[in-house]
Amino acid sequence: MLAGEYGAGVAKSLELLVALGDVFGAEKLVPVEGAHVSGVSYKNLGDAGLEWLEDQAKMGARAKVRATLNPTGMDMARWREMDVPEKFAVGQLRVIRAFETLGIEPTCTCTPYLVGHVPRFGAQIAWAESSAICYSNSVIGARTNRESGPTTIASAITGLTPLYEYRLDENRLPGKLVEVEAKLSDPLDYSALGYVTGKMVGTTVPYFRGLGKPGLESLKTLGAALATSGGVALWHGEGVTPEAEKIKPHLKEVEKVMVTENDLKQAREKFTCEVADPVTCIGCPHCSIHEVGEVAKLCKGKELAKKLWVFTSRGVYAEAERKGYVGQIEEAGGRVYVDTCMVVAPLKEMGWKEVALNSFKGAQYSVNMGLKTRMGTAAGLVKEALK
Amino acid sequence: MILKGRKVVGGTVEGEALVSSDPVSFYGGVDPDTGVITEPGHVLCGKCITGKVFVFPTGKGSTVGSYVIYRMKKQGTAPAAIINVETEAILATGCVISSIPLVDKLDKNPLKTLKTGMKLRIVGEKGLVESI
Repeated sequence: MLAGEYGAGVAKSLELLVALGDVFGAEKLVPVEGAHVSGVSYKNLGDAGLEWLEDQAKMGARAKVRATLNPTGMDMARWREMDVPEKFAVGQLRVIRAFETLGIEPTCTCTPYLVGHVPRFGAQIAWAESSAICYSNSVIGARTNRESGPTTIASAITGLTPLYEYRLDENRLPGKLVEVEAKLSDPLDYSALGYVTGKMVGTTVPYFRGLGKPGLESLKTLGAALATSGGVALWHGEGVTPEAEKIKPHLKEVEKVMVTENDLKQAREKFTCEVADPVTCIGCPHCSIHEVGEVAKLCKGKELAKKLWVFTSRGVYAEAERKGYVGQIEEAGGRVYVDTCMVVAPLKEMGWKEVALNSFKGAQYSVNMGLKTRMGTAAGLVKEALK
Repeated sequence: MILKGRKVVGGTVEGEALVSSDPVSFYGGVDPDTGVITEPGHVLCGKCITGKVFVFPTGKGSTVGSYVIYRMKKQGTAPAAIINVETEAILATGCVISSIPLVDKLDKNPLKTLKTGMKLRIVGEKGLVESI
């Protein structure tokens, strides 16, 4: 492959994986069963990234394992009504075309596991998108490192990845025991817990005790926040995640930290400032059908006084449309957009100054972009946005 | 003088050393159109890295940095080669996709042994750095 008998694209991809394997001390390359590719928004890629993707596509190599794509900077059909500038849209459309040529499915979601790309327990996969990495490693028990755009594309093309870090049993053991003393009910609480814990553990693997019985929405937002404030790629939860029971004996040697109600309150306060006219954003990570349904129930037959934007995948959107949820939200004046979210859209160019959110990941990225934030539960924020 | 280290990206080039004691972020820290370091407070702020054998501790910053290196190579503003004390994923990725020789883990600390202005030959394949 390196000699180029499968073409320049394959050779270059393999060269990248071998070089990174050397840097990280990997013994060998192993097959992957799937890839999820990040680095899609033109806001982050710029012309430098676009140029590289188009050159890759021209080299002729194509994905040989199932590969899905992260969100883009805009709803691919409704970007004009989102106030996305034309120049940005042109760049973004070229990015997507290059990915399609490479054989990567334009799913454009950070929740591939909600739209049919669900890896097996123990499967080696090459996923980027920090929140999806956390979900697949922890909740499903598949194995991925924190991959990047170029490495996931290289793995999709070659079907290989270097064997190091979270791909090996010994590196999946907990580094900190996190005793949760706080009451967790809404996904917002789990998001706050993720934010607080990520700050405490950095890149080590946390093992939670006291998580209760989190639903899918809480699991996805917990991991998203852990990966945002820390560099967490894998977490375990007693009675919650599939590897937790097996690694219990290792907890004896592990340092214990505590998260209290007060820690969560402080985290909420940190991202809650005075806002006059925020856009309420629900869908970081992308909404499940249940979350879209919750928002729809509150909006049904009412009128919104403030902007409400819901972000989800095309798959969930299709189901939400059939169930009447999309109609209920849009008739109230809200919007349900696909392919994008508040983290990767060019909010500054769209003229945004304030956002209200139920996600600490979304809040951190919004603050990084210079926006003012307000935190609340999805239900609480939607009620505030109604007349 | 010959230093021996680890090959990350192969290729043989010659050029003048430019040594930085600070880590480098190619995304936001370097102007890809001019090759000039723009990060405020950086020890080489205002210096041009184009065509140089760029010597620094390691990379930092966003993963977009890999693409910036690629863009610089295509525009002719990239360094000729990179020597790190110990490299990391963003730089290694950038150098592979741009075919820029990269070596690290030399047997002597390159930040002390190599001086700005020295003429160097990098033999990436063998992880060698020679003064010429």
